[in-house]
Amino acid sequence: MNSPIEVRVAAVTQITPVIREFTFEPVRGALPGFSSGSHVVVHMPVGERSVRNAYSLLSNPAQTQHYRIAVRLQDESRGGSRYMHEQVKAGDLLQVSPPANLFAPNSQARHHLLIAGGIGITPFLSYLPELQARDASYSLHYAFRGGFTDAYLDSLRENLGTQLQTYDSIQGQVLDLATLLASQALGTHVYVCGPQRLIDGVRVHAEQLGWPEIRVHWEVFAAPEPGHPFVANLARSGLTVEVASDSSLLEALEQAGVEIPNLCRGGVCGQCAVAYLDGAVEHRDAYLSATERSNTVMPCVSRGLCGSALLLDL
Amino acid sequence: MSVIFKPLESYRDDFTYHNSAQAISRFPFPFPEDNYMYSVNIEPATPREPGSVFSHWFDIDEHYLSEMAERSIVLERDPERCLVMPHMATAAWDTLEMLMTHMAADYPEHFSLSREGERWTWINRPLGIEQAFTFGDADTLPCEPLEYITRQTQGDFALLDQRDGNLFMDAGMVTCPADWSIKFDAGMSFTQWHAPVPMAHQMGVFERALKYLLNIQVDHPVRRLNWTLTVNPRMDTSSETYHEWGQERALVNAENVASMVHLRVELQFMPRLPRSNALLFGIRTYLISLEELATNPAWACRLHRVLRDLPDAIADYKGMTLYRQFVVDWLSQYDPEVVVA
Ligand code: HEM
Ligand code: FES
Repeated sequence: MNSPIEVRVAAVTQITPVIREFTFEPVRGALPGFSSGSHVVVHMPVGERSVRNAYSLLSNPAQTQHYRIAVRLQDESRGGSRYMHEQVKAGDLLQVSPPANLFAPNSQARHHLLIAGGIGITPFLSYLPELQARDASYSLHYAFRGGFTDAYLDSLRENLGTQLQTYDSIQGQVLDLATLLASQALGTHVYVCGPQRLIDGVRVHAEQLGWPEIRVHWEVFAAPEPGHPFVANLARSGLTVEVASDSSLLEALEQAGVEIPNLCRGGVCGQCAVAYLDGAVEHRDAYLSATERSNTVMPCVSRGLCGSALLLDL
Repeated sequence: MSVIFKPLESYRDDFTYHNSAQAISRFPFPFPEDNYMYSVNIEPATPREPGSVFSHWFDIDEHYLSEMAERSIVLERDPERCLVMPHMATAAWDTLEMLMTHMAADYPEHFSLSREGERWTWINRPLGIEQAFTFGDADTLPCEPLEYITRQTQGDFALLDQRDGNLFMDAGMVTCPADWSIKFDAGMSFTQWHAPVPMAHQMGVFERALKYLLNIQVDHPVRRLNWTLTVNPRMDTSSETYHEWGQERALVNAENVASMVHLRVELQFMPRLPRSNALLFGIRTYLISLEELATNPAWACRLHRVLRDLPDAIADYKGMTLYRQFVVDWLSQYDPEVVVA
């Protein structure tokens, strides 16, 4: 559905020994605008596979001539970050999905408490110009390993002054989440991005302190839709339809010449309902009841579970 | 094909508003079936055939000059029909950029936009406007940016701030609503401002619709049609002016029904605003008298069946109960099933 945009790598900069920054420019036309906290999904041809990784846009949303992302080389990665670090050079062409935002700052927060661990600093780099332009109250708490994952530290120090607190694990400095969260004014929203341990820590402490859920935000990326490839067999017509990982069941049926009524193509309107006779379904719609799910599938969003062929009543 | 604007017509007092045959042929008749029930009737806003109301993001038609004149009248009497809460300033600029860019690209004979960095020049030929300004600096425009651009664009607009898993009506330009008020709804959530609607909540319509809207992505707008009936071609049927139009419902009779009663269709268009992450909700209103509508007998027949069988709760909510029978009776002449019986 979201056709990717072709971009050219305009610059590659080594930021720390394990973090590289990439600047993308449009190949034709202009890049779509984006808001603070947005991410893009970069499509990478790694061997036979196409790996898709989501990265926060770290540039200023007011400047849309280019996108910037930063990639940390991950030890046990599926090959995505290694590919970005070792293969991608200035001048290369890449496909990225249009920006999406599941981590936007809340307009009504009395204070924005930003907590970053290492490469988790990136979404906040797009927050800061916006928060500063709005004259919003904020503070940034940044934990890293000095000289290793302390990306953008100098410019943050210069730019933020006392609104920045840093915690360098090499120097034994510890970010005490319990104390930090306990000392916040009412109406504060907390935003966290970084290793899972840090995110879990913030969520657990916030819950223990009785923070309402809507004031606790952590970065999530859009799931790499659509999903795993699978096969659908059509009971009545005898057709076999292969559903590739980047296509929905509805799209695959349409391509095979099978017309299904549809409207929203997003799992809410109920138009595309199809009965299935056999197989296991990963239901992703917001329309069917639990009982209906035992024999009905919404092909615009839902898929056969990996490995099991789906038998459709078509 | 280039749009040709009609000379000024009125949406009040003497009600000189009419549709040309061409406007009738492109009217967005909203019923895919002979009956109507609320549903999540949202679809991706993929452009449709050239010349149709679905071909561009923002449709400009023959009523452009009249509708803009009507908006000025409403704003002069009630400037607060345009409101922008302070945290929606970025969304207002987003809207200005989106409207100017699309109108200039889609109707180059009428509008043009040139940009050099933040120095922009906007030309609106039909309204005789040429404006140089600095994008992002409200002091370089004659008024607040949302008001500036929506005084030059047909249709109402609400700007929804997205937060807490909901949408909030925190800005808008609303001079032609179908019986609601931006002042009353200001600051409300999607769930709250839809509270008066019957049946749909119980059917789960709003819960599913909201979920879908929260996921709208940049450059992937969606649309839906909504409809009601309006007595006289009156654009401004807002709660604020109810005392001016409410009693007109009692004036409908068997003789005047065909010229007086209008089908009012809203083409609602929902794009994500890129910079602010707010959602834009465009409500482009089309009015057609029963008389004009019946020049297409298939429409008249279908509307007959829809209105005859419409659940009372919906008819009441849409405010047509007082004169519904006159409409159904008049339309029945176009329904072969009735004529035969
Ligand atoms: C965020 C965008 C939207 C805005 C700003 C909006 C606004 C409104 C408003 C102000 C009303 C009038 C309520 C009253 O009586 O005071 C209304 C009615 C309604 N809305 Fe929405 N709406 C939006 C999206 C949707 C969507 C996506 C649906 C999809 C099902 C929907 C379905 C309805 C229905 C069924 C009614 C009753 C209309 C009638 O019967 O005439 N709305 N809406
Ligand atoms: S097309 Fe709407 S639920 Fe599938």
